[in-house]
Amino acid sequence: MSVLTPPRSAQPGAPSGRNAGAGSGARENFSAWANRHRKWLFAAPAMIFVGVLIIFPLAWTLYLSLTDSQGSVRAASDFVGLQNYLTVLADAERFWPAVGRTLTFTGVALVCEVVLGMCIALLLWRPFRGEKWVRVAILLPLVATPVAVGMMWRLIFDPNIGFANQLLGMIGIPPQPWLSGQDTALGTTIFMDVWQWTPMVVLILLAGLTSLSEEPDEAARMDGANSFQRFFYITLPLMMPTVIVAILLRGIDALKTFDILYATKGKGGGSFHEVETLNVYAYGLSFDYNQYGLSSAVLILFFMIIVGSMWLLTMRKKAVSK
Amino acid sequence: MKRRSILQYAAVAAALSLGLTACGGGGGSSDAKAAGTVRVTLANHVWTEGIKAAIPEFEKSSGLKVELTQLGEDQLSDQYNVKLNAGSDEIDVMMYRPLQEGKAFAKNGYLADLTSKVSADSGWDWKDYQEGPVKASTVDGKVVGVPIITEREVLYYRKDLLKAAGLEVPKTMDELEAAAKAIKESSPDTAGFVARTGKSAAVTQFSSFLYSFGGDWTDDSGKSAVNSDAAKEAYAYYGGLIRNYGPANVSTDMSWPEAMAIFTQGKAAFYTEADSLYKNATDPAKSKVADTVGFAALPAGPAGSKPYNIPSWGLAVNQASSNQDNAWKFIQWATGKERTLAAQKAGVPGPRASVWADPAGTSTYPKDLAEAIAASAENGVGHDRPEVVTVGKAREIVGGPIVDTITGADSSAAADTANKAFQQFLDSEKK
Repeated sequence: MSVLTPPRSAQPGAPSGRNAGAGSGARENFSAWANRHRKWLFAAPAMIFVGVLIIFPLAWTLYLSLTDSQGSVRAASDFVGLQNYLTVLADAERFWPAVGRTLTFTGVALVCEVVLGMCIALLLWRPFRGEKWVRVAILLPLVATPVAVGMMWRLIFDPNIGFANQLLGMIGIPPQPWLSGQDTALGTTIFMDVWQWTPMVVLILLAGLTSLSEEPDEAARMDGANSFQRFFYITLPLMMPTVIVAILLRGIDALKTFDILYATKGKGGGSFHEVETLNVYAYGLSFDYNQYGLSSAVLILFFMIIVGSMWLLTMRKKAVSK
Repeated sequence: MKRRSILQYAAVAAALSLGLTACGGGGGSSDAKAAGTVRVTLANHVWTEGIKAAIPEFEKSSGLKVELTQLGEDQLSDQYNVKLNAGSDEIDVMMYRPLQEGKAFAKNGYLADLTSKVSADSGWDWKDYQEGPVKASTVDGKVVGVPIITEREVLYYRKDLLKAAGLEVPKTMDELEAAAKAIKESSPDTAGFVARTGKSAAVTQFSSFLYSFGGDWTDDSGKSAVNSDAAKEAYAYYGGLIRNYGPANVSTDMSWPEAMAIFTQGKAAFYTEADSLYKNATDPAKSKVADTVGFAALPAGPAGSKPYNIPSWGLAVNQASSNQDNAWKFIQWATGKERTLAAQKAGVPGPRASVWADPAGTSTYPKDLAEAIAASAENGVGHDRPEVVTVGKAREIVGGPIVDTITGADSSAAADTANKAFQQFLDSEKK
């Protein structure tokens, strides 16, 4: 920890001007030094945290992505330059479909969650009897572990012995394949994501709604605007910054979704890779195929997609906030 | 040294988990060795349940303390991937799958060489182990693991349904298909046949069909053989059985828990699966059809009845462990004749010949199952998946035609495609 060691050149008692014994002199030195460097000192824990948990893993992954590392990370590997990236970008069988699925999953889930979240938040906006209970009930899906949520829905959606098809049978609808269908699996997992994460969007939007000033709304009411007009011309534009924050937060999470997909469809996102997103693909490359170089290349590309889309959204937020 | 290993651990964890949230951590105390502790990592398995109950005996007799970590199969693999990759010494004894991870682990130097240890103790008796399991736990002439459980594929069937339909227990693949067809036709709600359908999960169970039709994953020269005539017939047969006579809305993601659930819920007449899972079907707490389950050897195909006969799990010692002698003491105790007999009586088919020869060894098994096991052990094949380093990838490739056939695609064309991909894969492994 070199930042915490007082530099030898520090003058004894320089800033305070007090002259005490040797021991307290050292303490004085340190406190003077700490005073001068306080902006670094206070930021140090956070900087170390970022360095160890974000920059180091990223740099290491970047390094691995340029090697042909496989089998064991400790085994000798050769530097292969951009070869892994070329291999991945030319892979139309698994990589590009996975990119497509990642974007579809995120896009559809986000739209559903924001629209639904806005509706629920509007319902909860004005105080009503039993409001507390309704809020607790809505928040329940949030506290469950995603893996447990995945397992639960997997049982419910089992094509033969699952509850969903039994329920459909009661009202005379033929059983659906849900998770087991090649065309329906991705939609079903999106539904599960919406079920679990809409409450978070509700929370964010509700916070935004309650902080809105009432005056514009009342003025519009005086002028005879109906509730749709008030929502679309007054509330929604005022809420846009909050909506974009919700999209940002949920968007990053949805892009990274892993647990629900793995818990319901397992390795490779199912036998036909029907729910294989970039995260699931990279996981399979690492843990099932032990191809660390290739997997790292996928993760770096994935990281760039995340950073890129978040950058676009932040730009949009700035434009809206102006 | 310590700092280096932390750094290595961090590096590997970082490399493996960027963007993922699924990697659970789990630590062990670093002063474990000083306290005479053996750190044992086991899978959730019937064998584990038995050994867990007996561990106090071992602690008493050896004076060692056992620190047990128990994980699901996939989580276990992930833990090994992270910890062994980092050269962690946090694991002493590890439960592993010789056919799935054995080659890769041995190649990476994760497994300690046990050759001198297994041959040193004649009372414990390594020679007592069956040949197939020994072969699977030996890599490049070195013994790297001790098998603890063996498996063969057998036919599970419903006695009541067969009786009602006036059918005999099928002895050949043709008879099996005819019986499955008859039952599905007489009661459309009941599937004639169920088995694993997941691309990778089905590979091990499909293997017995492949061998019984006269095929194998590779030919004698080590070239891919998944599009041989025999293999094509086997793919068409297995996929066709499930497609035509399987459960309605069949999913292509079923591993044994799903397939077993359909069978034990009374929704299927025939089911081919590993014998080691038989308790799931005969335990009334888990199975609605516990009273009416029968067992038979795998029906014979054109090449006879050739189920796999393999060690599915073994115990190994982590090469990086500094506690290898104590680790071996644990293995020696856990795999001794006495413990193996106790485990086998509790429903875990063991790898020791003497236990199978002992009438007590099969006393708790249903009679028809014991007979099926004996027959399968005789003509069984020693592997149930391609014998390669990256087994996960190989299974994905050779499992392709299974799911394609189930969903109605041309199985012959699928086998040709898989053959090409598998040959490429084999070439890449040789490099």
